[in-house]
Amino acid sequence: MDLYDAAIIGAGVTGIATARRLAQAGQRVLLLEKGADILSGASKANSALLHTGFDAPEGSLELSCMQAGYAEYRQIRAAMNLPLLETGALVVAWTTEQQAALPGILAAAHRNGVCDARLLTQAEILAREPKLSALARAAVLVPGEHVMDPWSPFHGYALEILSLGGTILRQTTVSGGRFDGAVWQIDTSRGGYRADAIVNCAGLFADRIDAAFLGRTDFTIHPRKGQFVVFDKAAARHLSTIILPVPDVRTKGVVLTPTIFGNLLVGPTAEETPDRDRATTTTEALLGLIARAAEIVPALRQMPVTATYAGLRPATEFKEYRIHHDPALHWVTVGGIRSTGLTASLGIAAHVAALLGLPARASATAAPPALPNLAEHLPRDWQMPNHGPILCHCEMVTRREVEAALSGPFPPGDIGGLKRRTRCAMGRCQGFHCLGALEEISRGRLAEPIGLPA
Amino acid sequence: MTAILVIGAGPAGLAAATWLAQAGAGPVTVVERQAEPGGVPRLCGHSPFGMREFHRILGGAAYASRLADAAIRAGATLLLNHAVTAIAADLTTDLASPDGIRTLTPDRILLATGAREASRAERLLPGDRPLGVLTTGALQDLWFARGALPFRRPVILGTELVALSALLTCRQAGARPVAMVEPGPARLTRAPLRWFPDLLRLPVYTAATITDLIAKDGRLAQVTIRTADGKAMAIDTDGLVLTGSFRPETGLARLCGLQIDPATQGPVVDQSGRTSHPGIYAAGNILRGIETAGACWAEGRAVARALMADLGQTPAPAVTITPGNGLRYVMPQRFTPGAATALPRLQLRLAHAATGTLSLCDGNGSPMLSRSLSSTPQRRVTLPLPTGTQGPLSVELKAR
Repeated sequence: MDLYDAAIIGAGVTGIATARRLAQAGQRVLLLEKGADILSGASKANSALLHTGFDAPEGSLELSCMQAGYAEYRQIRAAMNLPLLETGALVVAWTTEQQAALPGILAAAHRNGVCDARLLTQAEILAREPKLSALARAAVLVPGEHVMDPWSPFHGYALEILSLGGTILRQTTVSGGRFDGAVWQIDTSRGGYRADAIVNCAGLFADRIDAAFLGRTDFTIHPRKGQFVVFDKAAARHLSTIILPVPDVRTKGVVLTPTIFGNLLVGPTAEETPDRDRATTTTEALLGLIARAAEIVPALRQMPVTATYAGLRPATEFKEYRIHHDPALHWVTVGGIRSTGLTASLGIAAHVAALLGLPARASATAAPPALPNLAEHLPRDWQMPNHGPILCHCEMVTRREVEAALSGPFPPGDIGGLKRRTRCAMGRCQGFHCLGALEEISRGRLAEPIGLPA
Repeated sequence: MTAILVIGAGPAGLAAATWLAQAGAGPVTVVERQAEPGGVPRLCGHSPFGMREFHRILGGAAYASRLADAAIRAGATLLLNHAVTAIAADLTTDLASPDGIRTLTPDRILLATGAREASRAERLLPGDRPLGVLTTGALQDLWFARGALPFRRPVILGTELVALSALLTCRQAGARPVAMVEPGPARLTRAPLRWFPDLLRLPVYTAATITDLIAKDGRLAQVTIRTADGKAMAIDTDGLVLTGSFRPETGLARLCGLQIDPATQGPVVDQSGRTSHPGIYAAGNILRGIETAGACWAEGRAVARALMADLGQTPAPAVTITPGNGLRYVMPQRFTPGAATALPRLQLRLAHAATGTLSLCDGNGSPMLSRSLSSTPQRRVTLPLPTGTQGPLSVELKAR
């Protein structure tokens, strides 16, 4: 049986980034994912923001991972052709109570090293965002908060892992394992594997993986559900800055933000749920989000909805990340990575590499892969010559792009993976016009086909 | 050079292009983003089409190709696989074509982008987001064009006429629907078609709300509903067909900043079909929910005629036509004195079922004409539009 240097359990944002970093450090990595594709758990649904960490707990590991992740992402994104929408964010106060909290938020931001954050008056807010409700009283502007493509970077990291000789196994459920003092034996639905070290990045199941391998866990996952509503592309002209809520003990505010794909997004809700597998939407919550969005930007009142979705965040009973290294057991747990995980993923990966005593800087120098651009503000394939037919007109996805994703070096395992790689069927008609063409082109190439076998 | 650009090669767009080309309006171009012309009827395997247009009964596909042939014979240019991506204020139009980006500079544009069924997201349905949940349009594209079937025992949501079309498509494809669910208080098709599901012994739940969609391995496994008496019920299934709730395809109309009527969800137009941009007209199902292919065809021709009559004229300021209490919408939403008339009757929908008197009133609220009616919100109600009026108009409903 092959022996890997490190096995990473879970191919969400944390697991993928960690596997990439270990592979760059020369490790032979095995990335294990139970879903039909990567990014299919907590990582498939988030608000796609690249955070500065201005409001993270001072001096926390979360903050240092966010800031390291932010810096590394900015440094690598050009070479990987990864888009960034440099929107900035406004933490908007809608009440006198919230307004009174702004100086504290600003001071905390400055203490966290986000020194360009500053207060804006109502007039300055409305000059910047004229469609924002005039009920906005004041705000903290954080210029460094940006909007990203939440999936393409990780498809790129996955390609990097493969090109560095790593192995990614999907539809592979890890059930447990044994440590003989030197090597871990890992039991999976696909058979046994061996690795010198294990990094538990199992997200919503991180506590269960700890329990299955170590017989103990020092935290429990309490999934927190977040529902989102995506507005039609026609909404995008009404807002160009991320609108963040002032944290409030009574109500959890929602974010209204442009997306990199040219829509506006409102969410998330924050609902405690016992269910780790089902991220369901509820009609009442979606109506509530739409109403809240229209309070923030009144022009959204009649705006059509393009998509709705829900995600589960792997919260624990603790506020902090649960990252723990057991050198004797060659084990690292990366648990409780909440909504900041998208930003922090590269920083967490570097932190794990350091815990394992691996070089802080990558030693491998393979040229990173360049990803196809899916961002609305940058040239897309349909704008290139000779692209052939367009398969999805709502999102302007060409047949050539879909074919490239399906026949590329790391093809999607399911329809969700194909959507995340190309944006097909993600637009306003949600497949009314393109599902047939998608079925035809993907026939025999997805774990769960669109059409049933005859 | 293109004098007139028609966007969308469905019944309305092709009828307009045919009429304009025959009438010598100058070069007429129809752009269609799909690979085939014909619009929705193209994928309707079983509906009778063509009585009004060709005086014979045709299947959807044959009807669609006849419409396209007529436009081409009349001299219109048909560009398939061409998608409009931008329309500037001066009507300069960018197109994505298979060879790259092209630009046209028409004098007038006619939007005929049609309508589609509301998506799962637009309906704000609860639950998981699995495979097997799709609209009738997607189902018919899958089955008639690709021979693929996405489920074997689906639930059908909705009871409009298109729900029966979905039911027929399922039966034809060998799927056996297990239930129909109607959120409204009663079935929306009229007798005798409304009894068709009973003939198939298909249970129909009215005043029923979908409360959850439950997936197993990425595919729909169960739909739970709350029935009229408040009871929860679980239906084992492997698919959900979202039927009806048609809404205008206004991505382009919104992109070029046309005023949209939140009630019809289509562009605001006057009696000539002119939108809030004086150079852009609209016809067919983009105006409001859906009418039959034949009605859209007639509307396309009528708006084409009005467009040509208004060429070279500066429109007078339009007056508004406002729906009063109890009315969901009135279309056209405004009246331009002196402009040609393509939409000779006001098309209305009630907000609730009502019996009473419907009146078109002048700016002082005095009735100009009235009719009695008894109708449900789904049915189209019409009132004649007077040919000469100066001030704003409103339509008022007096319930009995």
